[in-house]
Amino acid sequence: MHSDFERYKLFSRRATILLGGQALLLSGLIWRLYDLQISNGKRFKVLADENRISTRLLPPPRGLILDRHGVEVASNRQEFRAVILAERIADVGHTLDVLAEIIKFDKSERTRLLKELKRRRRFVPVAIRHSLTWEQVAQIEVNAPDLPGVRIEQGLSRLYSLGNATAHLLGYVAAVDETELTGDPLLQLPDFRIGKNGIERSYDLALRGWAGARQVEINAHGRVIRELSRKRSKPGNKVSLTIDAKLQKFAAERLEKKESGAAVVIDVHTGDILALVSSPGFDPSVFEQGIDRKLWRSLNKNPRAPLTNKAIAGQYAPGSTFKMIVALAALEAKIITPSHTFFCPGHKSMGKSKFHCWRRAGHGSVNLHRAIKESCDVYFYEVANKVGIDRIAAMARKMGLGGKLDLDIPGEKSGFIPTTAWKRKAFKQPWYPGENLVAGIGQGYVLATPLQLAVMAARIANGGIAVTPRLARDEITGREIKDRKAKRFPSIGISERSLAAVKKAMTAVVNEPGGTAYWLRIAEKGQGMAGKTGTSQVRRITKAERARGVLKNSQLPWAKRDHALFVCYAPYDAPRYAVAVIVEHGGGGSRNAGPVGKDIMVETLKLLPPVGMKKQADKPVKPKRRAAGAGKAAKRRGG
Amino acid sequence: MPAPHQEHISALARLREVTWGLVLLIAVVAGIGFAMLYSAGGGKFDPWATRQMVRFGAGLAILFITATIDLRFWLRNAYIIYGAALLAVAAVEVIGMVSGGAQRWINLGVIRIQPSEVMKIALLLALARYFHKAAFEDVTKPARLIVPVILIGAPVLLVLKQPDLGTAALLGFGGTAILFAAGVKPWKFAAGGALALVALPVAWQFLHTYQRNRVLSFLDPQKDPLGSGYHSIQAEIALGSGGAWGKGFLQGTQSHLSFIPETQTDFVFAMLAEEFGLMGSLLLIGLYFAIILYGVFIAMRSRNQFGRLLAIGLTVNLFLYVFINIAMVTGMIPVVGVPLPLISYGGTAMLTLMFGFGLVISVYIHRDARIGRFDEET
Repeated sequence: MHSDFERYKLFSRRATILLGGQALLLSGLIWRLYDLQISNGKRFKVLADENRISTRLLPPPRGLILDRHGVEVASNRQEFRAVILAERIADVGHTLDVLAEIIKFDKSERTRLLKELKRRRRFVPVAIRHSLTWEQVAQIEVNAPDLPGVRIEQGLSRLYSLGNATAHLLGYVAAVDETELTGDPLLQLPDFRIGKNGIERSYDLALRGWAGARQVEINAHGRVIRELSRKRSKPGNKVSLTIDAKLQKFAAERLEKKESGAAVVIDVHTGDILALVSSPGFDPSVFEQGIDRKLWRSLNKNPRAPLTNKAIAGQYAPGSTFKMIVALAALEAKIITPSHTFFCPGHKSMGKSKFHCWRRAGHGSVNLHRAIKESCDVYFYEVANKVGIDRIAAMARKMGLGGKLDLDIPGEKSGFIPTTAWKRKAFKQPWYPGENLVAGIGQGYVLATPLQLAVMAARIANGGIAVTPRLARDEITGREIKDRKAKRFPSIGISERSLAAVKKAMTAVVNEPGGTAYWLRIAEKGQGMAGKTGTSQVRRITKAERARGVLKNSQLPWAKRDHALFVCYAPYDAPRYAVAVIVEHGGGGSRNAGPVGKDIMVETLKLLPPVGMKKQADKPVKPKRRAAGAGKAAKRRGG
Repeated sequence: MPAPHQEHISALARLREVTWGLVLLIAVVAGIGFAMLYSAGGGKFDPWATRQMVRFGAGLAILFITATIDLRFWLRNAYIIYGAALLAVAAVEVIGMVSGGAQRWINLGVIRIQPSEVMKIALLLALARYFHKAAFEDVTKPARLIVPVILIGAPVLLVLKQPDLGTAALLGFGGTAILFAAGVKPWKFAAGGALALVALPVAWQFLHTYQRNRVLSFLDPQKDPLGSGYHSIQAEIALGSGGAWGKGFLQGTQSHLSFIPETQTDFVFAMLAEEFGLMGSLLLIGLYFAIILYGVFIAMRSRNQFGRLLAIGLTVNLFLYVFINIAMVTGMIPVVGVPLPLISYGGTAMLTLMFGFGLVISVYIHRDARIGRFDEET
């Protein structure tokens, strides 16, 4: 009994120690809990929120692009797309089979989809097809019981109301390249589109808009459980262009009849581009969801270069349209007077070479007026020979050639105007006198873009004011859009007399019998047009060929035919618009580019009648914003 | 020396002796468990809460039956039960080896039994019996320690091999507690501890890669925040973000958005602490401590050594469950897979726990039975 009592005493002591130990350890737990939940509670609360709350960006709708009258030329369209949710589907293969009957897709697309579905988490919707037709949407909805996990989602896609006609001008939108990432988180959204060319690219920031945000609760797998808050996105700014949508469409359709070419319509006082067309065009919407390789290859390989904006990036020998510059250079240098005559026997010999006039029989004795009106080559050989390339080049530069005009869309080329210094530097050769003759008729090294030719015509027409072209009506820097202040262009410093002589001759080209474009005259009073034709050779005519008889354009393959050019302005007594047209490998300028230029000019005058003819048609869209500029412009035109 | 006045009481009379306070405490904790399983099910009784209630009902039946069985029955059969349990644990090991994968269950058709759970109580019974029968003077003799060390060591090694660190720890520490309560000299535990420390590097070699990773990720959870350390970090975030008062019932974002794994089993405490904060945690720990106090009180109140040791052993066992689980969830020790008693979802654990509580109550009912060292043979 004694030992049992001892045993009990020992047990009690030990049990108490054990209890104490347990209490101590439990206190340790409590201390730990206090540390976690009280001392660090706030920190962990933040961590828990970071865990569960995810901010998702809401892409803003892209800004609209409007023409000068407020007509939408680029807008956003509600688009329906079919998406597939793997987690709802037992047999993905079967679902795709059913779908394939509604929206046709081939094997490669099927394997791509299957791969994509495998890669993504099962609850992330994968887009099967964008831009579904109503019929397809209806069919998918009707077949919904057979298509579990297939859903129709709405989105926005870009809509270009003029399609091909504005493909080069407006550019297009497409997925963001890695090189385009700037840190703007919007750019990292998989469905976000960025402007890739044209206006879409140059004013991308203004059009882009401001992202909204959606806070969602997510679970550990990233699945969205519910939305906590939402901040709306702010759509991009509207960008108003100087373009007239109807004119743009007309010009594009008119050019479409030719194989390849470009046309530019410009307001000679303001520099507003009213139409800028390159043909053939392409469908700008094919880029939005990624262009398929076959189409891309065919666009790239097409000899008519549909992807090039020929109006600003096509560089052509200006041919006879260059003659005004040669004439002005000579008049200003006082080497000739308007009445000074040269004799044209049909050719000019220099050294061993013989330079031909387009009229083999010759023009006889020609003064400036006749030389321009009938486009006598020999006259300009003589003049160019006397003036020399450097003075011609200086005049060409004043007229906007030989350098970029900084039009507000990317891709502009600068053309080329040679000088003696350039020749020495580039070829380590002197400038040969014969080269003056070639340059005198706008051939040889001389290259100009249609935009430059339009600006040249404008600067002649407006009395030597250095207008520069523009496409945006407002001043846009980055995301900001401000009213453009009426711009006063400087004079290029050519005497009134010289200009008057050239302008009179250009009027004669169209309006006097014997003029190279007399057949294109506009009979309506006050709408008369002045112009100049040009035919620029793209091949060298050998002596042997000349002896045999020069081949006609129709006898040559397309790529060897002459380029047809035409520049004009109207009305000739109070100029308002200038047009430049090129038909690539079209043949003679008067015959092929001329009618296109005339039609476009007539349409311009009809759509936008100049002041005095009718009420001002290009009434500002937003009278308040534009009032100041318009007033000044009107005053200038009046004077 | 029998105590006649306690020899022949009926089962009904014993039932009247049941410590209802202890049963009430157990029921309250289990009730909290139902609520947590309801929350873990996303605010639904399915799939966990309902089944747990059924199991608790069955557990209560086991508790009362066990409580009313004569304590001497358990004393008599302690070694048999131990032997059977050890055999079952070994069998699981063999079956696992044959089927080519770790296994912890024996399938009896109707129910699956986890032998290691049964072992926890069988070991306590065997040790209690051993020291009950040992003379007071003998306990201090080193030679008398050989049998209990084997009794503890055999199942611990088998369970370690499964591998089940949590159960091994429970068996090891639970057994050691009985040794301590029985009066083994403290320096021997120190020596044993030192020995274990020396054996640690050897044991490391036998650990599975995933267990090593658990230990490593415990030592530095940030090292692999998306891998093996992920659960510990997320559990800590859940706990910490609960603050003082918690996010409210069913409002635990970490738990309900699947950031914490196994909210219905081993990590249920993280959810409780997230939804009810420090106050909820304190309340639960307080309830557990009340049960422990009850157990110690019953042990001290008992007039026989078997009852004392059994009660203290079972009490320590409960404590170990609670401590290891909460320490694991709060990131104080590696994740070893020990459930929170009466709360975590799980059948065998619930039933063995209730069996254990039944034994404790039985110790109380037979508190005055003077069972001598050789009494069970009568």
